[in-house]
Amino acid sequence: MASTNGAEGGMPDPIHQFEIKRLLPLEIFGLDASFTNSALFMVLTAAAIFGFLIFATRGRSLVPTRLQSLAELSYEFVAKMVRDAAGKHGMQFFPLVFTLFMFILIANMFGMIPGAFTVTSHIAVTAALSLLVFATVIIAGFMKHGLHFLKLFVPSGVPIYVLPLVSLIEIVSFLSRPVSHSVRLFANMLAGHITLKVFGGFAVMLIGSGTYAALTPLPVMMAIALTALEFLVAFLQAYVFAMLTCMYLNDALHPSH
Amino acid sequence: MDPAAAKLIGAGLAAIGLGFAAIGVGNLFGQFLQGALRNPSAADGQFGRLIFGFAVTEALGIFALLIAFLLLFT
Repeated sequence: MASTNGAEGGMPDPIHQFEIKRLLPLEIFGLDASFTNSALFMVLTAAAIFGFLIFATRGRSLVPTRLQSLAELSYEFVAKMVRDAAGKHGMQFFPLVFTLFMFILIANMFGMIPGAFTVTSHIAVTAALSLLVFATVIIAGFMKHGLHFLKLFVPSGVPIYVLPLVSLIEIVSFLSRPVSHSVRLFANMLAGHITLKVFGGFAVMLIGSGTYAALTPLPVMMAIALTALEFLVAFLQAYVFAMLTCMYLNDALHPSH
Repeated sequence: MDPAAAKLIGAGLAAIGLGFAAIGVGNLFGQFLQGALRNPSAADGQFGRLIFGFAVTEALGIFALLIAFLLLFT
Protein backbone atom coordinates (compact mmCIF):
# COMPACT_ATOMS: atom_id res chain seq x y z
CA MET A 1 0.00 0.00 0.00
CA ALA A 2 1.34 3.38 -0.96
CA SER A 3 0.34 5.08 2.30
CA THR A 4 2.76 2.93 4.32
CA ASN A 5 5.67 3.31 1.94
CA GLY A 6 6.69 6.86 2.61
CA ALA A 7 3.74 8.86 1.29
CA GLU A 8 3.01 10.36 4.73
CA GLY A 9 6.13 11.89 6.25
CA GLY A 10 8.60 9.11 5.50
CA MET A 11 7.18 6.18 7.47
CA PRO A 12 9.70 3.37 6.87
CA ASP A 13 8.32 0.15 5.48
CA PRO A 14 8.22 -2.28 8.46
CA ILE A 15 8.25 -5.36 6.22
CA HIS A 16 11.47 -4.39 4.48
CA GLN A 17 13.66 -5.92 7.21
CA PHE A 18 12.44 -9.44 6.36
CA GLU A 19 13.45 -9.25 2.72
CA ILE A 20 15.64 -12.13 1.53
CA LYS A 21 18.59 -11.08 -0.60
CA ARG A 22 20.71 -13.41 -2.71
CA LEU A 23 24.35 -13.01 -1.72
CA LEU A 24 25.79 -15.81 -3.87
CA PRO A 25 23.40 -16.82 -6.65
CA LEU A 26 23.49 -20.58 -7.14
CA GLU A 27 21.23 -22.92 -9.05
CA ILE A 28 21.33 -26.69 -8.70
CA PHE A 29 19.20 -28.75 -11.10
CA GLY A 30 16.80 -25.87 -11.64
CA LEU A 31 16.37 -25.29 -7.88
CA ASP A 32 17.26 -21.91 -6.47
CA ALA A 33 19.88 -22.80 -3.85
CA SER A 34 21.41 -19.35 -3.55
CA PHE A 35 23.36 -18.38 -0.45
CA THR A 36 21.02 -15.74 1.00
CA ASN A 37 21.28 -13.41 3.97
CA SER A 38 19.01 -15.86 5.78
CA ALA A 39 21.51 -18.66 5.17
CA LEU A 40 24.35 -16.35 6.21
CA PHE A 41 22.72 -15.69 9.58
CA MET A 42 21.98 -19.38 10.07
CA VAL A 43 25.66 -20.12 9.47
CA LEU A 44 26.62 -17.31 11.86
CA THR A 45 24.24 -18.71 14.49
CA ALA A 46 25.63 -22.22 14.18
CA ALA A 47 29.20 -20.90 14.20
CA ALA A 48 28.51 -18.81 17.31
CA ILE A 49 27.07 -21.83 19.16
CA PHE A 50 29.96 -24.07 18.08
CA GLY A 51 32.52 -21.45 19.01
CA PHE A 52 30.92 -20.71 22.38
CA LEU A 53 30.51 -24.34 23.45
CA ILE A 54 33.92 -25.51 22.23
CA PHE A 55 35.74 -22.50 23.65
CA ALA A 56 33.85 -22.61 26.95
CA THR A 57 34.42 -26.31 27.62
CA ARG A 58 38.06 -26.33 26.48
CA GLY A 59 39.49 -25.83 29.98
CA ARG A 60 37.17 -28.31 31.73
CA SER A 61 38.34 -27.03 35.12
CA LEU A 62 36.76 -28.34 38.30
CA VAL A 63 35.99 -24.81 39.40
CA PRO A 64 34.42 -23.47 36.20
CA THR A 65 35.40 -20.18 34.69
CA ARG A 66 32.64 -17.71 33.92
CA LEU A 67 32.27 -18.89 30.32
CA GLN A 68 32.35 -22.54 31.33
CA SER A 69 29.67 -22.04 33.95
CA LEU A 70 27.53 -20.33 31.30
CA ALA A 71 27.85 -23.41 29.08
CA GLU A 72 27.13 -25.70 32.03
CA LEU A 73 24.16 -23.55 32.97
CA SER A 74 22.60 -23.87 29.52
CA TYR A 75 23.25 -27.62 29.54
CA GLU A 76 21.71 -28.06 32.99
CA PHE A 77 18.75 -25.85 32.08
CA VAL A 78 17.80 -27.91 29.03
CA ALA A 79 18.60 -31.22 30.75
CA LYS A 80 16.26 -30.35 33.63
CA MET A 81 13.54 -29.34 31.18
CA VAL A 82 13.86 -32.64 29.27
CA ARG A 83 13.88 -34.72 32.47
CA ASP A 84 10.85 -32.92 33.89
CA ALA A 85 8.71 -32.95 30.76
CA ALA A 86 9.73 -36.18 29.00
CA GLY A 87 11.01 -38.33 31.83
CA LYS A 88 14.21 -40.32 32.16
CA HIS A 89 13.79 -41.96 28.74
CA GLY A 90 13.50 -38.55 27.17
CA MET A 91 17.18 -37.91 27.78
CA GLN A 92 18.05 -39.85 24.63
CA PHE A 93 16.51 -36.92 22.74
CA PHE A 94 18.46 -34.38 24.75
CA PRO A 95 20.85 -33.56 21.85
CA LEU A 96 17.89 -32.70 19.61
CA VAL A 97 16.21 -30.48 22.19
CA PHE A 98 19.47 -28.79 23.16
CA THR A 99 20.31 -28.08 19.51
CA LEU A 100 16.85 -26.68 18.82
CA PHE A 101 16.90 -24.54 21.96
CA MET A 102 20.35 -23.11 21.32
CA PHE A 103 19.73 -22.53 17.62
CA ILE A 104 16.45 -20.68 18.18
CA LEU A 105 17.79 -18.73 21.16
CA ILE A 106 20.94 -17.54 19.40
CA ALA A 107 19.07 -16.87 16.14
CA ASN A 108 16.53 -14.75 18.03
CA MET A 109 19.31 -12.91 19.86
CA PHE A 110 21.15 -12.23 16.59
CA GLY A 111 17.88 -10.85 15.26
CA MET A 112 17.80 -8.30 18.07
CA ILE A 113 20.95 -6.64 16.73
CA PRO A 114 19.71 -3.59 14.79
CA GLY A 115 19.99 -4.19 11.08
CA ALA A 116 20.52 -7.92 11.48
CA PHE A 117 18.31 -10.49 9.83
CA THR A 118 16.02 -12.60 12.02
CA VAL A 119 16.17 -16.17 10.78
CA THR A 120 13.21 -17.31 12.88
CA SER A 121 10.90 -14.64 11.46
CA HIS A 122 10.44 -16.78 8.35
CA ILE A 123 7.82 -19.51 8.35
CA ALA A 124 10.02 -21.61 6.06
CA VAL A 125 12.65 -21.92 8.79
CA THR A 126 10.31 -22.52 11.72
CA ALA A 127 8.16 -24.92 9.70
CA ALA A 128 11.24 -26.97 8.85
CA LEU A 129 12.17 -27.12 12.54
CA SER A 130 8.68 -28.09 13.67
CA LEU A 131 8.30 -30.70 10.91
CA LEU A 132 11.60 -32.19 12.09
CA VAL A 133 10.12 -32.51 15.58
CA PHE A 134 6.83 -33.87 14.21
CA ALA A 135 8.63 -36.54 12.13
CA THR A 136 10.86 -37.42 15.09
CA VAL A 137 7.83 -37.92 17.32
CA ILE A 138 6.05 -40.17 14.81
CA ILE A 139 9.13 -42.24 13.95
CA ALA A 140 10.26 -42.58 17.56
CA GLY A 141 6.74 -43.45 18.68
CA PHE A 142 6.28 -46.20 16.09
CA MET A 143 9.80 -47.55 16.62
CA LYS A 144 9.42 -47.76 20.36
CA HIS A 145 5.82 -48.91 20.68
CA GLY A 146 4.83 -50.15 17.22
CA LEU A 147 1.08 -49.93 16.71
CA HIS A 148 0.59 -49.23 20.43
CA PHE A 149 1.64 -45.70 19.57
CA LEU A 150 -1.89 -45.26 18.17
CA LYS A 151 -3.17 -45.51 21.76
CA LEU A 152 -2.26 -41.85 21.86
CA PHE A 153 -5.54 -41.23 20.03
CA VAL A 154 -7.59 -43.51 22.28
CA PRO A 155 -7.46 -42.11 25.81
CA SER A 156 -8.25 -44.62 28.54
CA GLY A 157 -11.30 -44.17 30.74
CA VAL A 158 -13.46 -42.51 28.11
CA PRO A 159 -17.01 -43.90 27.72
CA ILE A 160 -17.33 -45.91 24.51
CA TYR A 161 -20.11 -43.78 22.98
CA VAL A 162 -18.03 -40.58 22.98
CA LEU A 163 -14.79 -42.36 22.06
CA PRO A 164 -15.06 -41.74 18.27
CA LEU A 165 -15.53 -38.02 18.89
CA VAL A 166 -12.64 -37.86 21.38
CA SER A 167 -10.38 -39.80 19.00
CA LEU A 168 -11.25 -37.45 16.18
CA ILE A 169 -10.39 -34.45 18.35
CA GLU A 170 -7.13 -36.09 19.44
CA ILE A 171 -6.15 -36.81 15.82
CA VAL A 172 -6.96 -33.28 14.67
CA SER A 173 -5.04 -31.79 17.59
CA PHE A 174 -2.09 -34.07 16.84
CA LEU A 175 -2.04 -33.09 13.19
CA SER A 176 -2.32 -29.38 13.93
CA ARG A 177 0.71 -29.49 16.23
CA PRO A 178 3.37 -28.69 13.62
CA VAL A 179 1.23 -25.75 12.43
CA SER A 180 0.83 -24.14 15.84
CA HIS A 181 4.38 -25.09 16.84
CA SER A 182 5.92 -23.27 13.87
CA VAL A 183 3.47 -20.37 13.60
CA ARG A 184 3.88 -19.50 17.30
CA LEU A 185 7.61 -18.86 16.95
CA PHE A 186 7.36 -17.25 13.53
CA ALA A 187 4.47 -14.94 14.40
CA ASN A 188 6.02 -13.85 17.68
CA MET A 189 9.27 -12.86 16.05
CA LEU A 190 7.56 -11.26 13.04
CA ALA A 191 5.05 -9.26 15.09
CA GLY A 192 7.69 -8.17 17.61
CA HIS A 193 10.06 -6.88 14.98
CA ILE A 194 7.28 -5.14 13.04
CA THR A 195 6.09 -3.45 16.23
CA LEU A 196 9.61 -2.22 16.97
CA LYS A 197 9.90 -0.87 13.45
CA VAL A 198 6.48 0.81 13.59
CA PHE A 199 7.37 2.66 16.80
CA GLY A 200 10.73 3.63 15.31
CA GLY A 201 8.80 4.91 12.31
CA PHE A 202 6.52 6.98 14.59
CA ALA A 203 9.61 8.68 16.01
CA VAL A 204 10.91 9.45 12.52
CA MET A 205 7.52 10.82 11.46
CA LEU A 206 7.19 12.98 14.59
CA ILE A 207 10.65 14.49 14.42
CA GLY A 208 9.97 15.60 10.86
CA SER A 209 6.51 17.00 11.61
CA GLY A 210 7.60 20.39 12.99
CA THR A 211 4.85 21.26 15.50
CA TYR A 212 4.72 17.91 17.26
CA ALA A 213 8.49 17.23 17.24
CA ALA A 214 8.53 17.73 21.04
CA LEU A 215 6.53 14.49 21.39
CA THR A 216 9.33 12.43 19.76
CA PRO A 217 10.65 10.95 23.08
CA LEU A 218 7.33 9.12 23.64
CA PRO A 219 7.64 6.59 20.78
CA VAL A 220 11.39 6.35 21.42
CA MET A 221 10.77 5.35 25.04
CA MET A 222 8.09 2.93 23.89
CA ALA A 223 10.56 1.41 21.41
CA ILE A 224 13.16 0.99 24.19
CA ALA A 225 10.63 -0.72 26.46
CA LEU A 226 9.53 -2.95 23.57
CA THR A 227 13.16 -3.87 22.89
CA ALA A 228 13.46 -5.12 26.47
CA LEU A 229 10.21 -7.07 26.02
CA GLU A 230 11.51 -8.49 22.75
CA PHE A 231 14.62 -9.85 24.50
CA LEU A 232 12.29 -11.57 26.96
CA VAL A 233 10.17 -12.92 24.09
CA ALA A 234 13.28 -14.08 22.21
CA PHE A 235 14.27 -16.22 25.18
CA LEU A 236 10.71 -17.30 26.02
CA GLN A 237 9.93 -18.50 22.53
CA ALA A 238 13.10 -20.59 22.41
CA TYR A 239 12.13 -22.00 25.81
CA VAL A 240 8.55 -22.70 24.72
CA PHE A 241 9.65 -24.32 21.48
CA ALA A 242 12.01 -26.64 23.35
CA MET A 243 9.42 -27.27 26.07
CA LEU A 244 6.74 -28.24 23.54
CA THR A 245 9.26 -30.49 21.79
CA CYS A 246 9.79 -32.26 25.14
CA MET A 247 6.03 -32.63 25.63
CA TYR A 248 5.51 -34.06 22.16
CA LEU A 249 8.41 -36.46 22.69
CA ASN A 250 6.81 -37.45 25.98
CA ASP A 251 3.72 -38.48 24.00
CA ALA A 252 5.89 -40.58 21.72
CA LEU A 253 7.62 -42.28 24.64
CA HIS A 254 4.58 -42.80 26.85
CA PRO A 255 1.60 -42.87 24.47
CA SER A 256 -1.03 -44.25 26.86
CA HIS A 257 -1.63 -41.19 29.03
CA MET B 1 -16.62 -0.84 -0.43
CA ASP B 2 -13.17 0.39 -1.34
CA PRO B 3 -10.80 -2.61 -0.93
CA ALA B 4 -8.15 -0.48 0.80
CA ALA B 5 -10.68 0.79 3.34
CA ALA B 6 -12.00 -2.75 3.87
CA LYS B 7 -8.45 -3.91 4.57
CA LEU B 8 -7.94 -1.23 7.19
CA ILE B 9 -11.26 -2.06 8.87
CA GLY B 10 -10.34 -5.74 8.81
CA ALA B 11 -6.97 -4.99 10.43
CA GLY B 12 -8.75 -3.07 13.17
CA LEU B 13 -11.19 -5.93 13.73
CA ALA B 14 -8.32 -8.43 13.88
CA ALA B 15 -6.61 -6.34 16.54
CA ILE B 16 -9.62 -6.87 18.85
CA GLY B 17 -8.29 -10.38 19.37
CA LEU B 18 -5.34 -8.92 21.24
CA GLY B 19 -7.70 -7.60 23.88
CA PHE B 20 -8.98 -11.09 24.61
CA ALA B 21 -5.43 -12.37 24.79
CA ALA B 22 -4.79 -9.59 27.31
CA ILE B 23 -7.71 -10.88 29.42
CA GLY B 24 -6.17 -14.34 29.29
CA VAL B 25 -2.70 -13.16 30.29
CA GLY B 26 -4.11 -11.03 33.10
CA ASN B 27 -6.17 -13.93 34.34
CA LEU B 28 -3.10 -16.17 34.24
CA PHE B 29 -0.89 -13.90 36.32
CA GLY B 30 -3.74 -13.01 38.66
CA GLN B 31 -4.51 -16.64 39.37
CA PHE B 32 -0.83 -17.38 39.79
CA LEU B 33 -0.43 -14.58 42.33
CA GLN B 34 -3.52 -15.76 44.16
CA GLY B 35 -2.09 -19.23 44.46
CA ALA B 36 1.42 -17.97 45.18
CA LEU B 37 0.30 -15.79 48.07
CA ARG B 38 -1.58 -18.68 49.62
CA ASN B 39 1.44 -20.96 49.44
CA PRO B 40 4.57 -18.89 48.74
CA SER B 41 6.95 -21.82 49.23
CA ALA B 42 5.44 -23.70 46.28
CA ALA B 43 5.37 -20.66 43.98
CA ASP B 44 8.93 -20.86 42.67
CA GLY B 45 8.45 -24.42 41.50
CA GLN B 46 5.56 -23.36 39.27
CA PHE B 47 7.39 -20.52 37.57
CA GLY B 48 8.18 -22.64 34.51
CA ARG B 49 4.52 -23.51 34.07
CA LEU B 50 3.54 -19.88 34.52
CA ILE B 51 5.92 -18.77 31.79
CA PHE B 52 4.79 -21.62 29.57
CA GLY B 53 1.14 -20.68 29.99
CA PHE B 54 1.99 -17.05 29.36
CA ALA B 55 3.78 -17.85 26.12
CA VAL B 56 1.00 -20.10 24.84
CA THR B 57 -1.70 -17.56 25.70
CA GLU B 58 0.26 -14.64 24.34
CA ALA B 59 0.87 -16.53 21.09
CA LEU B 60 -2.88 -16.52 20.35
CA GLY B 61 -2.95 -12.74 20.65
CA ILE B 62 0.11 -12.57 18.44
CA PHE B 63 -1.75 -14.60 15.79
CA ALA B 64 -4.45 -11.93 15.73
CA LEU B 65 -1.80 -9.21 15.49
CA LEU B 66 -0.18 -11.14 12.64
CA ILE B 67 -3.45 -11.09 10.68
CA ALA B 68 -3.71 -7.35 11.28
CA PHE B 69 -0.15 -6.84 10.01
CA LEU B 70 -0.76 -9.07 7.00
CA LEU B 71 -3.81 -6.99 6.08
CA LEU B 72 -1.94 -3.73 6.58
CA PHE B 73 1.35 -4.46 4.86
CA THR B 74 0.70 -6.98 2.09
